[in-house]
Amino acid sequence: MIKVTIDDIEIEVAEGTTIMNAARMIGGDIVPPAMCYYSSLPGTGGKCRTCLVEIAAGSTKDPRPMPKLMVSCSTTVQDGMIVKNRTSEKVIENRAAVVEFLLINHPLDCPVCDQAGECDLQDLGFSHGKEGSRYEEEKRTFEPIDIGENIKLHMNRCILCYRCVHVANELTDQRVHGALHRGDHTEISTYIEKAVDNEFSGNMIDVCPVGALTDKSSRFKSRIWFLNPMNASCECKKCSGKAVVWMFGKQVYRVSVRQDKYGEVEVEDGKPNWICNECRFDKKDVSNWNIEGPRHIDRHSVISQGHYEKPNPLKNATKNIE
Amino acid sequence: MGRKLLLEHIDVSGIETYDVYRNHGGYKSVEKALKTMSAQEVVEEVQKSALRGRGGAGFPTGMKWSFLAKPEGVPRYLVCNADESEPGTFKDRFLMEKLPHLMVEGMITSSYALGANTAYIYIRGEYMFVLDILEKAIAEAYAKGWLGKNILGSGYDLDLHVAPGGGAYICGEETALLESLEGKRGNPRMKPPFPAVKGLYGCPTVVNNVESICAVVPIINIGADEYLKIGTEKSSGTKLISACGNIARPGVYEIELGLSVEDFIYGDEWCRGIANGKKLKALIPGGSSVPILPAHLITSTAAGERRYMSYESLSDGGFASGSMLGSGGFIVFDEDQCIVRNTWNFARFYAHESCGQCSPCREGTSWMEKVLHRLETGKGNMRDIDLLAEINKKIEGNTICPLGDAAAWPVAAAIRHFREEFEWHVTHPNDAITRNYGMLKTPSITL
Amino acid sequence: MISTLETQAKRPPFSPEKLTEVQGVIKQFPEGKQKSAILRVLHIAEEEFGGWLSPETMDYVAELLDIQSIEVYEVATFYTMFNLKPTGKFVFEVCRTGPCMLVGSDEIIDYIKSKLGISAVGETSADGMFTLKTAECLGACGYGPMLQCGKVYHEHLTPAKVDELMDHYRAKYSSSINQN
Repeated sequence: MIKVTIDDIEIEVAEGTTIMNAARMIGGDIVPPAMCYYSSLPGTGGKCRTCLVEIAAGSTKDPRPMPKLMVSCSTTVQDGMIVKNRTSEKVIENRAAVVEFLLINHPLDCPVCDQAGECDLQDLGFSHGKEGSRYEEEKRTFEPIDIGENIKLHMNRCILCYRCVHVANELTDQRVHGALHRGDHTEISTYIEKAVDNEFSGNMIDVCPVGALTDKSSRFKSRIWFLNPMNASCECKKCSGKAVVWMFGKQVYRVSVRQDKYGEVEVEDGKPNWICNECRFDKKDVSNWNIEGPRHIDRHSVISQGHYEKPNPLKNATKNIE
Repeated sequence: MGRKLLLEHIDVSGIETYDVYRNHGGYKSVEKALKTMSAQEVVEEVQKSALRGRGGAGFPTGMKWSFLAKPEGVPRYLVCNADESEPGTFKDRFLMEKLPHLMVEGMITSSYALGANTAYIYIRGEYMFVLDILEKAIAEAYAKGWLGKNILGSGYDLDLHVAPGGGAYICGEETALLESLEGKRGNPRMKPPFPAVKGLYGCPTVVNNVESICAVVPIINIGADEYLKIGTEKSSGTKLISACGNIARPGVYEIELGLSVEDFIYGDEWCRGIANGKKLKALIPGGSSVPILPAHLITSTAAGERRYMSYESLSDGGFASGSMLGSGGFIVFDEDQCIVRNTWNFARFYAHESCGQCSPCREGTSWMEKVLHRLETGKGNMRDIDLLAEINKKIEGNTICPLGDAAAWPVAAAIRHFREEFEWHVTHPNDAITRNYGMLKTPSITL
Repeated sequence: MISTLETQAKRPPFSPEKLTEVQGVIKQFPEGKQKSAILRVLHIAEEEFGGWLSPETMDYVAELLDIQSIEVYEVATFYTMFNLKPTGKFVFEVCRTGPCMLVGSDEIIDYIKSKLGISAVGETSADGMFTLKTAECLGACGYGPMLQCGKVYHEHLTPAKVDELMDHYRAKYSSSINQN
């Protein structure tokens, strides 16, 4: 075990642990935001640069500070390392710059985006961005396309985290979409029109941190904050059958994987609970599911504010007034 | 007359063919290394020579070699970085085109030192005609027993291949190069692990520039002690400089490091001064990525000392008043050239060449390009100049690979030394649209 | 147009001789690492199949290398040398980067545009003979302005030299037609 200090909090972790994961073990506000890193998807991380942290001391052996900010998702801790995240002005400033970079070409179409309310980019902009934009140039634009019959791709919203490419690599050996072109013209696409039709393709919707990939079966049906997320399960031969169904009254509007507080798929016995397309797109009748109960969502998001699993204190307050 | 180690026989007719090359002392370093030296001794000799990587970063070659991991039963690779694409740099093409057997010889001696049994020369795809020349030389070397099994009866085997790129500056970054050589997009990898531990196909790999590998040949032939006598204390040996821009005699020159910048620009042996009798305005001494120097900081440093062609003298004064030797891409600007236009041109280059993987580089380089284009075409405002400085500070150091820095430095340096020229473009929007600041008398094309 | 007809005629698969060449390239890499051959095979395929990479050509290369088609698309779109659309008989790629600009590449680009009667870089002359492209630094900075056509570098360009080049390539094309 080795000792690392993050924002003045000391923790012992196993050798080889990344700064990000050490911070997640401590939890709370000292956890750096992650837009591209995703624990269950090997190869992710390092690209978005939102998790940059300052290394005030490299290790006990070599306590010199590191000259550059380091990405916490891919930098492993050393014994005696001192990391500054929200206590570093340099981090705050550079992270704000990363947010600005991620937003200059983003359409900011949150009012009509299905991801609004549970969007990592919205949350990141709120928590780490600066007011206003200095970008006066024309934004780069793409036309929305269908990738497969179930998924809509809005490339304008994409931040190129590559998670959807990695999830396809992980769940199929026949990936048909990928990153094309390069530089700021890079886009996620199938190149020529091709159906993304493997049985687990829908999971790319859930790993997408923004509204670039959305579920066509639930698009525009409801704002996310009007839906009640419920833990649900079903007998499924292809997947674990453990999901969250998003309900409006007694209707199932949407089905997703169960996500933890970092927006990542829940892992059980070392296996991520990905769900198959049949569960996600076809089981839209409440009778398909065994509803276990309300899903607690613990994120810095609008959807966390619903607290559907608890009695609504406001409702009671209103009653009293009546 | 400076000493020539690489280009000693460049004027010999037919030097690109095996027989002529061999008759002029070719492949002697292979004989010496394989017959009289252990692999470790070759590594030590190169370390002792203090040869610094000639691709641009200047990292000591011998030290890089000494880092190579040597786990049992795992192949090791030597990969030559022949993806020369740094604007202003055309020395590696010259070496490979004119002296293909020197390249092959350097690869054999170096591969022997590193214990690599397979080596690749990754050459930029645009140099396909050079690839043909190299493959011809390699075929000759196989035929004469310098490549293949049991070279010179030493028991050492080596296969050497050439692989072309497809048009991507980023593949000059060593991990992007390895990705490309594995048949993927040229996205740089995150480091660590470094290629010396996990490189090509996950195996320990050394990636060296063409000129570095060629320099191993004279180092082994004359010995490190002799090599150290050439150049300066901190910059040993000779360096190829590719000189271009507005000079009377552009071309590739081998210089002893430590030659004065003034002699190089004005000397008869080298550039022969500024073309058409014009005045010197600015210099980029080491390829487009390094900071530009204004006239008063070229032949002498800020402290008033003579400036020399060496790693230490060109960087004297840091980025405030110095630059870098870099790749040796020596770009000279005459009084008629517009710094804003050139800065925009380079910004466009980096935006075009960014791989698009990490956000500060992907978004920042093209943002800078757009702002600079507005300034150059008379549509900018004063705020834009500070914005540029601000954007490049946020790219620098925050990216996966050095392309971000390479894109940021030229913009920062241009604003540092030529701010009034940027401001002039704002205050003279109608004149800015015609060609430039310096050439007001003869406006030429419109954008 | 002739160019379209000819483009359609040149389609996969490779001739037996080319296939042998491709297999030789694949053998330069360790077993199971055949994907390493992709860039060279794409260069060969582009030359063989009408000067550009059609989806059909890329799918064929994927099959040859035993990889997914998307892996070929990802690579082909990353590297700027590959043409993803049909081009004219000859492609002039003029270097536009700093050192060439300092010695007049902008003027050369403008001159070629006017000679070909095209309004923008990327377009092809009406007779289908020449496509004008620009390229970033081609490593000929001391010998600019310059352009690349196929494997050949043409350096120290002047308007007169551009005229000569166009005549040269037109003649080359005529003689290749007459031979067939």
